[in-house]
Parts: sequence; C-alpha cells; structure tokens
Amino acid sequence: MMDWLWTIPALPFAGFLILALFGKQLSRKVVAWTGSLSTGLSALITIIVGISFLTNPPGGHVFKQILWSWIEVGSFSPEITLYLDSLSLVFMFVITFVGFLIHLYSTGFMVEEEGYARFFSYMNLFVGSMLLLVMAGNLVFLYLGWEAVGLCSYLLIGFWYKNPDNGYAARKAFIVTRIGDTLMAIGLFLLFDQFGTLQIQEILTRFPAEVAEGSPFAVATAIMLLGGAVGKSAQLPLQVWLPDAMAGPSPVSALIHAATMVTAGVYLIARTFVIFQMAPVAQTIVAIVGAVTLLLAGFSALTQRDIKRVLAYSTISQIGYMFLALGVGAWSAAVFHFMTHAFFKALLFLGAGVVIMHLHHEHNMFKMGGLRKSMPFTFWVFLIGSASLAALPLITAGFYSKDIILWYAWAAEGSHELFWLAGILGSLLTAVYTSRMVFITFFGEIKTEPHGKTALSIKIPLIVLAVLSLIGGFINFPGNFGDMQWLSGFLANNLPEAHAAVHDKGIETLFQVISAVLVLLGIYLAYLLYLKRNVDEQFSKKGIYHYWFSGWGFDYVYEVLVIKPVVWLSKIDEHDFIEYFYTGIARFHMFWHVLFSKLQTGKIRWYAMGIATGAIVAIIVLVFS
Amino acid sequence: MVLVWLIVILMGAGLLAWMAGRYNAMWPRFIALVALLVGFFMSIGLWITGTPTIEAGNGGEWIQHFQSDWIPRFGIQFHLAMDGLSLMLVILTMFLGLIAVLASWKEITHRTGFFHFNLLWVLAGITGVFLAMDLFLFYFFWEVMLIPMYFLIGIWGHEKRIDASYKFFIFTQAGGLLMFISILALYFIHGDATGNYTYNYLVIAENFPGTRAAPWIMAGFLIAFLIKLPAVPVHSWLPAAHTQAPTAGSVILAGLLLKTGAYGLFRFIIPLFPEASEAFAPAAMILGIIGIMYGAKLAYAQTDLKRLVAYTSISHMGFILIGIYSFNSLAFQGAFMQVIAHGISTGALFMIAGAIQDRLHTRDLNKMGGLWSIAPRMGGVTLVFVLASLGLPGMGNFVAEFMTLVGAFQVYPVYTIIAAMGLIVYAIYALYIMQKVFFGRKPEAVKMKDFSVREMIMGLSMAAIIIWLGFFPNNVLRTSQPTIDKMQENIREYRQTKELGGIKAFKPDHESEAGIQLTKKSE
Repeated sequence: MMDWLWTIPALPFAGFLILALFGKQLSRKVVAWTGSLSTGLSALITIIVGISFLTNPPGGHVFKQILWSWIEVGSFSPEITLYLDSLSLVFMFVITFVGFLIHLYSTGFMVEEEGYARFFSYMNLFVGSMLLLVMAGNLVFLYLGWEAVGLCSYLLIGFWYKNPDNGYAARKAFIVTRIGDTLMAIGLFLLFDQFGTLQIQEILTRFPAEVAEGSPFAVATAIMLLGGAVGKSAQLPLQVWLPDAMAGPSPVSALIHAATMVTAGVYLIARTFVIFQMAPVAQTIVAIVGAVTLLLAGFSALTQRDIKRVLAYSTISQIGYMFLALGVGAWSAAVFHFMTHAFFKALLFLGAGVVIMHLHHEHNMFKMGGLRKSMPFTFWVFLIGSASLAALPLITAGFYSKDIILWYAWAAEGSHELFWLAGILGSLLTAVYTSRMVFITFFGEIKTEPHGKTALSIKIPLIVLAVLSLIGGFINFPGNFGDMQWLSGFLANNLPEAHAAVHDKGIETLFQVISAVLVLLGIYLAYLLYLKRNVDEQFSKKGIYHYWFSGWGFDYVYEVLVIKPVVWLSKIDEHDFIEYFYTGIARFHMFWHVLFSKLQTGKIRWYAMGIATGAIVAIIVLVFS
Repeated sequence: MVLVWLIVILMGAGLLAWMAGRYNAMWPRFIALVALLVGFFMSIGLWITGTPTIEAGNGGEWIQHFQSDWIPRFGIQFHLAMDGLSLMLVILTMFLGLIAVLASWKEITHRTGFFHFNLLWVLAGITGVFLAMDLFLFYFFWEVMLIPMYFLIGIWGHEKRIDASYKFFIFTQAGGLLMFISILALYFIHGDATGNYTYNYLVIAENFPGTRAAPWIMAGFLIAFLIKLPAVPVHSWLPAAHTQAPTAGSVILAGLLLKTGAYGLFRFIIPLFPEASEAFAPAAMILGIIGIMYGAKLAYAQTDLKRLVAYTSISHMGFILIGIYSFNSLAFQGAFMQVIAHGISTGALFMIAGAIQDRLHTRDLNKMGGLWSIAPRMGGVTLVFVLASLGLPGMGNFVAEFMTLVGAFQVYPVYTIIAAMGLIVYAIYALYIMQKVFFGRKPEAVKMKDFSVREMIMGLSMAAIIIWLGFFPNNVLRTSQPTIDKMQENIREYRQTKELGGIKAFKPDHESEAGIQLTKKSE
C-alpha cells in the first residue's frame, strides 16, 4: 500500500491540470466533482497509507519513495523523493482531509462566482504543492513546495482580480513571504556548503557530529531557516501580509491562511529540529518570536471590526503558540496545536464565510448582530469553533493542545517564566477577543437580515469540523490525566520528546486550573465590555486602541522605511542615468558637428578670411615659439 | 557536413524567401518555417543520436566536426565543431527561430520576403557563432548576425526604430571591432611564438602562451561579450533595441543574441585566459550584482511593457556573470541553464508583449488592465512565464538561478547573498506585470481577441519546455556536462601549474617579445 504514496500529491495535481487546461469547457458540476474528488481520493489514500503505517510500521518508522533524480551536477544531486514519517503523516492527514472538506464546502460556497474552474484548479494546485512541501525528502524539493504554496496563496488572495485592492493584498503576501523564502534559500546555501548535500535526514544525522553546538554556522543556518518560517507563518516581523490576505474568498482563508500553509513554518522548524537544538540561541529566539507575536496579534485581534481580520490576527497569535512550543523544545506539542488549530480555525473561517455570504458580503461585525436567532445552525458550529479557540476547559480540542504548550512553556528545560506568562496572558486575550466576536456577531439586536439558505455541501464540512474541534484533543491528554499521550507517542518515533525540568503533577493541575479560570474570566469580561456596554464605540478613535487596530503600526513603518524609498528610487531613475552618458557623447559630437557645418557657408570671402586668419595665427605661433 | 548544412539551409532559404517574396507574401513565411523545421529536427536528431566522441584538438570531444580551408594564405579555415554546449544552443536557435516566424505570421505584412531573408540570416549568423572554431570565421558570423538585425529593427520596428537601430549597431560594432583586434593579437602572438600562423581556436587554445598582454587581449573579447550579454554599464543599446524591434526581432534579441555573449564567455574567455579571468572575477561578480539589482529596479520603474521585459533581461544576465566567474561546475551549469531557460522564458514574454501591442496598439501599461476577463488563455500563458521570470521552482529558470547561487556561494558567499536578494526584487516587478496587464479594472474601451490557435501552440510549447526544464533539467545538464567538465579541468590544471610557480609552457623572454609585438601589430 505504501507504494501508492506518490498518488497522494499526484491526484490533486492531475485535478489542477484538467481544470486549468479544460476548465472553460467543463460544466460546473464536472468542475466541482473533479476538484473535490481529486482531494477526496488523496485524503482517502492518505488515511489508508496512514493505517498501514500505524499497523505495520516500516523500519525506523520512515518510508522513502524516490521518484526521479531531479538535478545532477557533481555532488549536488537533489532527488524528487517523498519521505513519510510520523511528522509528515500528521500534516498530510490534515492537508488532505481538511482540504477535502473545504473543497466540498467550496462547491456550494463558490457556486455563484465566475471563475469557478479557476478557483478549483488553484485550490487543487495548492493541495498538491502543500503535500510536496511536507513530503519532500530534501530541502530543494521542500523549497519547491514552499514557493508553490506561496504562488497559490497569491493567486487565491487575488482571486477576485477586478478589484485592485485584492491584487495589492496578493502581491503583498507574495513579496513579504518571498523575503523569508530568500533567507531560507541562503540557509540552504549554507547547509550545502557545509555538508555537500541537501538531503534532510543526512544533514540531521551529520549535523551534531560535524558542527559544534552554538557555533556561528549553526546559529546562522537556524536563523536563516527561521527567516523562512516567520515569512510563511506570518510571525514577527513579517506578519503584516496575513491580515490583508483576507481579501481572498473565505474557503481560501480557511485552507491556506489558517489550516495549512501558514503552519508551514512550524513544519519546517520541526522537520529540521536538530539544527535548532544545536543552536540554542536560535531556538530561544524562536520562542521569543512566538511569545511576542502571540501577544501583539492578540491585542490586535481585540480591536478589529472585520470578522475575518479578527480570525486572521487570531491565526497569527495561535501560530505564535506553536512557535513558542517549538522554541522550548516541545516539538510534538506544536504539531498537536497545529492539528487542533486546523480544525477549529477552518471551522471558524468557513462559518464566517456562511455569515458573510448571507449578509450580502458584509464583513463588518458591527453591522451584524443577533444572528443567533436567524442562523441557528451557523451559530452553533461557530460557537463550538470559538469555544475551541478560546480553549474552553475539558470539552474542546483547543484546551488540550494549548494546555501542553503552556505547561512546557513553564516546565521545559531552557524555558523561562516569562514565556509561560506570555502564554497565559495570551489565553486570557484569546478568550476575550473570541467572545467579543461571538457576542457582537450573534447576540444583541439584529442589524442586517440574512437571506438565502445554506446548502448541504456547506453544512456537512461544518458539522465534521465542529465534531473534530471538540473531540480532536482526546488523542493527547495532559500528563496529569494519566498515560494517554497517543499523538506524542506516535510523533516520538521521529521527533524527540520534550524534556520537562519540573515533574510535579500538582503544579500541572494548578496551572490548568489557573488557565481555565482565566478563560472563563475572559468570557465574562467580554460579556461585560462588549455585550453589556459597547466599549468599541468609546475607544475606537483613541490612542492605543487605534494602534492595536492597525496591527501596531508595522505597515506604516515598512511603508516609510522600505516601500517609499524603493518606489522613489525607481521612479527618479526611470530613464536610467547611465543613458545620459551615452546621449551625452552623442550630443557632444552633434554640437561640434553643427558648429563646424556652420563654417561651410559656401561664401568665398568667409573662406578667404579663414585662410588668412589661420595663416596669421600660424605665423605668430612660429615667430614666438 | 551536417553542421555546414545547418547554416547553408538557413542562408539558402533566406535568399529563396527574398526572391519568393516578390511574387507572394505568403511564400516567404512557409519557406522560413520549413527551413527552420528542417534545422530544428536535424539538431534534435543530433541530440538524440550524437555522442561526443570526435577528437578535434584541445583534448575536447565533439559531437560533430567539419574543417576545410577557406583562405589558406592567412591560415583562415572554414572550421565548425559542435559539442554539448553548442548543440543545446543550436537547438534553442532553431526553436526560437520557429517562434519568431510564427510570431510574425500576421504581424509582418510589409516586404515579407526581405524580412524573412533578414530573419534567416540572423539565425544563420547565430548558428555560425555557436559553431565556429576558427576565430576569423567566428568574427565573420558575429558580423553576419549584426547587419540583418540592424535592418529588422530599422525597417520593421516601431516608432523610434531608427535611433534604436543606430544605437544597436554602434554598440555592437564597437565591441566587435575590439574583439577583432584581440583576435589579431592572438593570431600574431601565437604565430610568432610557434611559427604556425592560424586562426584555429582549438590550436591556439592548446598552445597559447601566457603573456603579459593576456589581460588586454581578454579585454577586447570581454568588452564585446559584455556588450552583447549585456552587463551594466554597457547595456544602453538593449532597452532601445528590444522595445523598438518587431516581435520576431525582440524574441531573437533576447532569446539568442544576448546568449552569444554568454557563449563567448564560456567558449573563449575562461579557456583562453584563465589567469586574467581569475583576476577579473571579483569585478565580474560586482558587475553581475549591479546588473541583477539595477536591471530589476529599472524594470519595475517602466510603464512600457516591452521596455520592462527588456530590463529584466539585463537583470537575469547578471546571474550568468556570477555563474561563470565562480569557476565551479555547479555554477557553470547554472549559468548555462540560465542561457537556455532565459532564452525560452523571455522569448515568450516578448512574444506575448508583441501580441498585446498588435491588438491594442500600445505598450503602455497604464492603458491596460483587467485583460484576464477577455483573454484568459493569454493570461494563463503569461502567468507561466512571469513566474518563470521571478524564479519560481518548477520552472527552468529556478533550476538555473538556484544552481548558480549554490555554486557561487561556495566561492563568494557575501556576493551571493546580495545576488540572492535579487529574487525578492524579481517578485516585485514580475507580479507588477500581471497586475498591470491582466488584473485590476479593465478600461471600458479596451477590446481584444484572446490567443488564437497559432499563438496557443507557441505559448503552450514554450510553457511545456520551461516546466520540463524545471523538473527534468538533467537531459540538458548531461549534454553540456562534458564541456563543463573540460572547462573545470582546464582551470584545475592552470591552478596547479600556477602553484608550481610556472606559467603555462612558455618562457618569460618570449612573453615580453610577444607583448611588444602586440603593441606593434595592433597599431
């Protein structure tokens, strides 16, 4: 069964090719079937491969499939290799399964849009590329998937291309992530220079033996890879593109900008964990980036008015948690949170999509309100997603995954109290902004009357994701609940387990209680601030609120420091100053040419005078020299 | 003999097309198409069947070889040889020639006979440049590709065609003459030293004495090649020529003429002047970086679509300089791959720009926008090449640029990091093209037809090739590998002799003599 591995990415690519080449000729029904069936089959094969991987694990818990030799020049010989281990399997499962659900949802959601086939072709291309990213056996091949998902993100953010603002958001996303990608490429150059190969596993095994821990090389490489990761995963300081990326259709936000692509950075760091272990400074920076990002984005989420931007900032913040986990060495906790986050955040985006669709494309939460009564189904699934995001204790998946991260932020070796403090403060913030979103959108008075009905193809994915947002956490219980860490155990085959410096079940329980209380407190706070009173109206124009609203002013700083100088520089030299040198030469000759041709008047007396003057000058020179 | 045929067919068909054009405007098109198809399949045949087994001096192994006397009194021969490098370039020439003919099918209606004559002769000249192993013959072909191109720009070009054609001619000719001086210098120095006065490149390359004049002789070649490539600051002719030329002219300029500069660096500069090249390498790196950054920056500033694409060529050629002057086979191969991939991708972009201009009668980006809604096929094809231009993995250009950077990093890490930043700028201008032309709001008045079947055949075949190069570059890399290995070996040999303290073969007294003679002869 394992030999079928290549079909998992190949199926979505086949779907893409069919839709890209013949999409115009196919009916909407065929397009919908092709688009979702290709990912559906891919998900099915992933599950079958996964089961066979679990029941009958290959040697070393690794399965490799070499497809062909890609580039071969001397020792530089990256292959097109698929690499399957527990880490890639978890990612593959989320990509194909959630991907399939979102495709299914899109068949109903996008049905009125022109460019139906184009939409599904891009989506299929995305799923295929994302699969390559997580299945790649060497870094160049990984880089291919890495950039290809960026392309799909660009194409889908700008899907409604007639509005130039969408085009701007799309280009912003691509260019900002490209900055990270280029840093990552430099990381690859460093690695190849050192090891003469870019096979991930070979590098990881040789790294500890050949590179000293904490050496400049190790730190530089890790920082470069981190550069790529912060770009893709919208972490500080390259997070600015994600809120604008919400210009794309809601299924795109759910699939690319919540569930899968933006977590590629998490995957990259987990995949190359040895490099970060060998560069403790860099690993601490990962944790700091995560901690700071989760707080900054949390505050920003608190002030947004566009429902999708709340979710975007919340995504940035949640990925911050994953980075925090990676930074303290809790590798599998990061992967766990990635998985639950994919479920509940996809659910929230899809739910928000339904709301937006039924309110005539209204994004502003303050024009919604009271939808609890008129859209009960959407309300309930959205509520479940929100509960999971806010990490409502015990019954939601988000609680379990976040709890492990918080625990290791405190207890792991190389951690710091401040990390835990940031995490716990973040979970209060999360509870507040999530409840604020729910209260403003679904409670209070009705401001816009929804229209239309929700199709079954839209409802089914929401139900499945809602169920997963609740029970998805039960595959990995906290340590003090007993010995029930199935996901961590599975990942431990390929990722090291986190080392806790503290082994006190009492403290662990205490911390769980603290965070549970904070979550409930957050919900109550939101109730007081946003449902009882309308704090947003009072503060919307004032200092820090506005500052948070605009994402801490990063956009402004980049505009002034980077964009304006670059545009100015290119506009001022539009005609290429070097050109003036050559036209100068031409002008110089032209000048003398005109001057001398003026002498050729054709009048004899002028010539005679010229000869006479010349003769006099010559004589004077001769006489006096 | 096959090699002679490749050139003769093009030249003969050119004459035939000129004559046929007097009677019927369609005939020249078909004649050119058939001639190029024959040439294309002949060269593909060589690729499939040919193995580099022929010894022709210089220790190299050649796929095809032809040698006969031309002007024996001066030691000038009609001497052609083909190795993997030139084979790939000849295939590229024939392919882009086909594209050029198809692109002008509807566009050129005025004097089609003479047009196709010029077109085929430019291509013949380029083929000759890629094959000539006699320096005099090389110079001859160098001129053959210049003059018909001058006519192509000057007669069938756009509004400022005359200025552009002058500029093109003067720049290229200035470089050509400097190169000719250097060729003569090689001829006399080699002749004086060995008594064998010959223009045979293979003989000269084998026995050329290390002389103090070498940097100056190299400079002559180098300036010619850098103008053709082009490198900043001798790039000024390019935007004018590319913008003003008819579509076929732009395709050939960007896809092929620039590549003769790169080919010259590969074939002549590095093998003949290893020492001087090594001394020049840091400067070449800086030139390459300036080219990459400055070209991309200028591209972004343009509002004229063809001019924009023209500046991107300058930028991409910077990678070739960096690749060649890193002196390792990975970077060499990267630079060579860039020659092929950039030839296809930029050729395609000019084809598209020409198609747009033909329909809208403007190249001004501000007058375009939202064309995706009326020309989705054109938009899809353009997207592929815009992505190739920004170096997206999965395209040949990525393979080229990535290999170049990985290779160069091992020698010049700092320069390479700066060059890699170019990838960010590429994304800026490339997506700017898509936004300005195909996305955004469509001006009400703009109406045009989508790609026709003929244009789709061109677009899709080029797209298929660029993606094929992106996933299966080994087919090309294997073909060029022997030549690259040979270059690498020469450099290694040279470095070894240098370490042992001696300069290749010749004694110092000879050297000074040769130096004096150079100054005399070149006067």
